Parts: sequence; C-alpha cells; structure tokens
Amino acid sequence: MAYSVITMSNPVYRTRRLINIVMLILSFAALSFGLFWLFWIIGTLLFKGAAALSLTLFTEITPPPGQTGGLLNAIMGSVMMVGVGTLIGTPVGILAGTYLAEYGQRGWLAPATRFLNDVLLSAPSIIIGLFIYAVYVAQVGHYSGWAGAIALSILVVPVVVRTTDNMLMLVPNSLREAAVALGCPKWRMITMVSYRAAKSGIITGVLLAVARIAGETAPLLFTALSNQFMSWDMNGPMANLPVVIFQFAASPFPDWNTLAWAGAALITLLVLSINIVARTFFRQK
Amino acid sequence: MSTVVNNNAPTSNVKRPATSGNPTPRKSMSNASADSLFKGVTRTFAFLVFSLLAAILVSLVWGSRETLMAYGPAFLWTNEWDPVNSEFGAWVPIIGTLMTSAIALIIAVPVSFGIAMFLTELSPTWLRRPLGTAIEMLAAIPSIIYGMWGLFVFVPIFQVYIQPSLVNTLGELPFIGGFFAGPPFGIGIFTAGLILSIMVIPFITAVMRDVFELVPALLKESAYGLCSTTWEVMWKVVLPFTKSGVIGGIMLGLGRALGETMAVTFVIGNAFRTPDSIFSPANSIASALANEFNEAGGMQKSALIELGLILFLITTIVLALAKLLLVRLSRSEGVKS
Repeated sequence: MAYSVITMSNPVYRTRRLINIVMLILSFAALSFGLFWLFWIIGTLLFKGAAALSLTLFTEITPPPGQTGGLLNAIMGSVMMVGVGTLIGTPVGILAGTYLAEYGQRGWLAPATRFLNDVLLSAPSIIIGLFIYAVYVAQVGHYSGWAGAIALSILVVPVVVRTTDNMLMLVPNSLREAAVALGCPKWRMITMVSYRAAKSGIITGVLLAVARIAGETAPLLFTALSNQFMSWDMNGPMANLPVVIFQFAASPFPDWNTLAWAGAALITLLVLSINIVARTFFRQK
Repeated sequence: MSTVVNNNAPTSNVKRPATSGNPTPRKSMSNASADSLFKGVTRTFAFLVFSLLAAILVSLVWGSRETLMAYGPAFLWTNEWDPVNSEFGAWVPIIGTLMTSAIALIIAVPVSFGIAMFLTELSPTWLRRPLGTAIEMLAAIPSIIYGMWGLFVFVPIFQVYIQPSLVNTLGELPFIGGFFAGPPFGIGIFTAGLILSIMVIPFITAVMRDVFELVPALLKESAYGLCSTTWEVMWKVVLPFTKSGVIGGIMLGLGRALGETMAVTFVIGNAFRTPDSIFSPANSIASALANEFNEAGGMQKSALIELGLILFLITTIVLALAKLLLVRLSRSEGVKS
C-alpha cells in the first residue's frame, strides 16, 4: 500500500484544508449577515410598531399634526386599490399565461411574450407609475384611485403570467390526452382539466402578487397620490398605507412618525404572513 | 363525467359563441368556434402583455419629447439640475444610480454566493427550507420599510459608530483614500448601496441556489472522490459549470438595484451635485423621480420623464441580458417571484 499524501504533514494538503475551513466559516458568516438584517428590521418593526399599535389605528382617519388619529382611510384605500388591482390583473395574467402554456408550442408570440414578461417582472415599479401617469393621469387631469389600481394591476400581471405558465407546464400531458380522447374540445380541456390540476399553484401566484403590491409605494406616488380624509371615491386621490407611511415618516411631527411606524409594522406583518401562507399552501398540494 | 362532452354544461366560464344555440346538429362546428374563440381571447391577452413594454417605452418617449428635442443626447452628460432656470442634465442621477448599484453588487455578490453555498452544500437538510425561506423573506419586506428603517435606525448608528472610523482608516489610504473621505453625514451613496445590497441578496441567492442544484451529482462526487475539499468543489467544479447562470443572477440583482426607489430615496440624501466620495449625499434616478415629480411642471416634468426613460432602457437591457444568460440553464421551476 503506497503511503497517502492526504495527511496533515503534507504542507499542500494543510493549506488546502485551511483555505477550506476559512471559506466554510465565511459562508456561514454570509448567512449570518443576511439573517442579521432580517432580524434587526423585523425586531425594530415589532418594537416600534407595538408601541404605536392601538385600536384607534383602525377606527380613526389620519390626523392633522398634533392630534390623535389612526390610519383607517389609508387602510381602506389600500384594501380597495389592491383589491381592484388584483381583480384586473389576475384574469389578464391567467389568460395570457394560458396562451403561453397551452397554445405556445408553435409561433413567435409565446416565446417572445415569455421573455418580455420576465423583463417586466423585474422592471422598476416607479416606471410603471410613470407609465400610468403618462397614459391615464395626465390625460384625465387628476390623480385617482383607479389610476393607482391600474398601476398595481400591471405589477400583478407578470407574476400571475409566470406562475400560470409554469404551473400549466407541470400538468402531465397524459391528463390532457385523456380529456381529449373522451371527445373534449380543447377549451373545455383547459378549463376543466388543466386549470383544476394547476389550481393551487395559480392561487399561490395570485397570493404572492397581492403580497408584492400591498407594500408598493413608488407606483402609487404619481397615480393615487394620497388623501388625508376618508374617501370611497376611486375617481379622486386616495389615501393608501405605503404613501401615508412615506409622508408621515418624512415629516417632522413625532405623532406622525409614530403612526408611520404602526403602519409599517402592519404592512410588513401582513406581507410576510401572506408570503408564508402562500408557501405552506403550495407545499401541501 | 358526462358534462365533459355536453356542450351546454353550465360550468363553463367562457362565453360561448352564438352558434352554439342548437347544439345537436352542429355540435362539432360550435366546438370548433368555441375553441377558436378561447384561443383568440388568450392570444389577445398574451399580445397585451407582449406589447406592454413597448407601450411603456412609447409613453415615456412621448412624455419626455420636450427635453429630448431641446437637449438631445447632451442631456446624458450635462451636470446641471436647475429648475429655476430650466437647465436640466442627467449626469448626477445617472452617476448616483450606477454608484449605489455598484456598491450593492460588491457587497451582495460574495454574500449571496456564501449563502447559496451554505444552503446547497453545508446546511443539514432539515435546516435548508427554514433558512432559505428566511433569506427569501428579505425580498418580501416592502422597500419603503427598508428606507424607513435605514433612515431612522441604521443611519444614526452608522453615523456615530462606524462611519468616522471608516473615514479615518480607509480615508487615509493613498490614491483611493479620496473615495472614503468627507464628513460623516450618515446618509449618502454608501448607505444607499449597503441597504440595496440587503435587498438584492435574496434575488441573487435564489438564482444561485437554483443553478447550483442543476450541477450533476456525478460531477461533484468525482471531485470529492479525488479528495477535493468542499470549497474546491464549489470553486472549481460547481461555479465553472454554472457560470452563465450565476452571471445571469447577478444581472437580475443589478436590474433590481438600479430601479429600487423608496429605500434609496430615504437614505441617499437627495443632493443634486456630483458626488466626490462614496459618503457624499447624492441622488439616483428613481429617488429624483420620487422626490420631485409631483411638484414639477413643464420642462422639469419632461426632464424627469426622460430620466425615467433612461432608467427604463438601462434596466430593460440589463434584465434582458440576465434572462438570456439564464435561459441556457433554466428549467421549469415552481414559484419564484
């Protein structure tokens, strides 16, 4: 048996081992670096948000400086705009995703759309705000909740297109063939077989899209603006949590800052829990 | 299920064409037209998504036509932003955007590589999912939260405890010391870059993890069989094999960093002058838009939309390159938003 060079007395092996250990430690340090910020940020939010949390947040509207109040109008505005944005964006995304997955085997449109959709998925959200400003707000002449909802819906579309496409692609072709062999027309096959098989994945995609737009500020700045009063009118400027947080955090008034922290904690907890729910929901299926 | 072939089943959520009125004699005909209608509808929406980027481009060009005509390409390198005298140039925000993104990548790339390596090679299997989810949660935190936390929590600590020592040590270095000089404001390009790096780490890590898992086990086992250390397997086998995917992931992170708005707006300092060190307050394209757009009018609005156009072009090119690099190593993956 020849003697092994893999011993600690071999200087080359010692150096390699040392480098390996240093790199493994650095790799662990990198993970700790990432987690460190996560816990610091969430800790801050819980700490500052808990101090500001009270029932009046949900019962009163945003106050003038120096008075007490809550975030009711901002919460309602956010709920309405996120709701309408999701309602517009989801069907568009699902139908477009259906084309990509079910009809996209031939022709140029499906691969090109898939490519551009991925670019759109990461496009800066402030650009979407500018786009809706240019094509809607500037034409109508005033900021409005509708404009905000449309801007948010454009952020929903690429997420839903991508998940619908991916999830339909995962549906086994034998299922489709079985349906067609029973004499089922293609559109019926898609709606009754493919959609059902891909349902949980598509719902996950919609949930993730909601989580994404719930915290988006930039596209609402130029579209919905904000409103310090309670407003149900989607055709006028509308308060919404992210922009109110932005304005209140940047203000010099301490009670506004406190409200901003409360709103920040609220929105982060909501977004993080939607994310976690979406993941567990999808994993179960 | 008899309803599968029954054309009059009420479960359909697609409007049937009028020809399906008398199903019995013309069944195959109405099925065919329902089919083409459904295909047409989905195709229309796919085309809508397809044309969205072009529509954005056209609207931005149209919105910025005044400054496009007035300044031409000189807008890019004009170092002037004076709304009072209507003098506009994009130099300062372009430099600010590029510098913050560069700092973000310098920090985020090695860290993401380390995290991806830990999660694919070192971590016990039962820890992988919770740790991976925790890192992905960094991407879920809204950008305005990063900005607020950065300004009110991170900046005061950084300004008092960390920045002075950085200025006193790195700032004294020959040649490159100037980059780190300057008064410790706390806010500025470096702070923005650091916070951006935290925000793009989950995106780069996710891509790296995905592509690292594509490496055939056979390759890694062969290297281990030749007595390679874990690090050598990562550096000399896994990384070369996944090179284009890793670069694609980095580009994806770059695309995110370039267009990030709210976090940067809070901590960059919003100063329209050319930065002389990485601690100077400056401005990025996105933060200039967020701060000035609603108060702007006339030429300034047009100049801001042109800034948006520049940002849109840069990010689209970067993201398209990222996508092209990833296509080679792509696979049908689950949900990655």
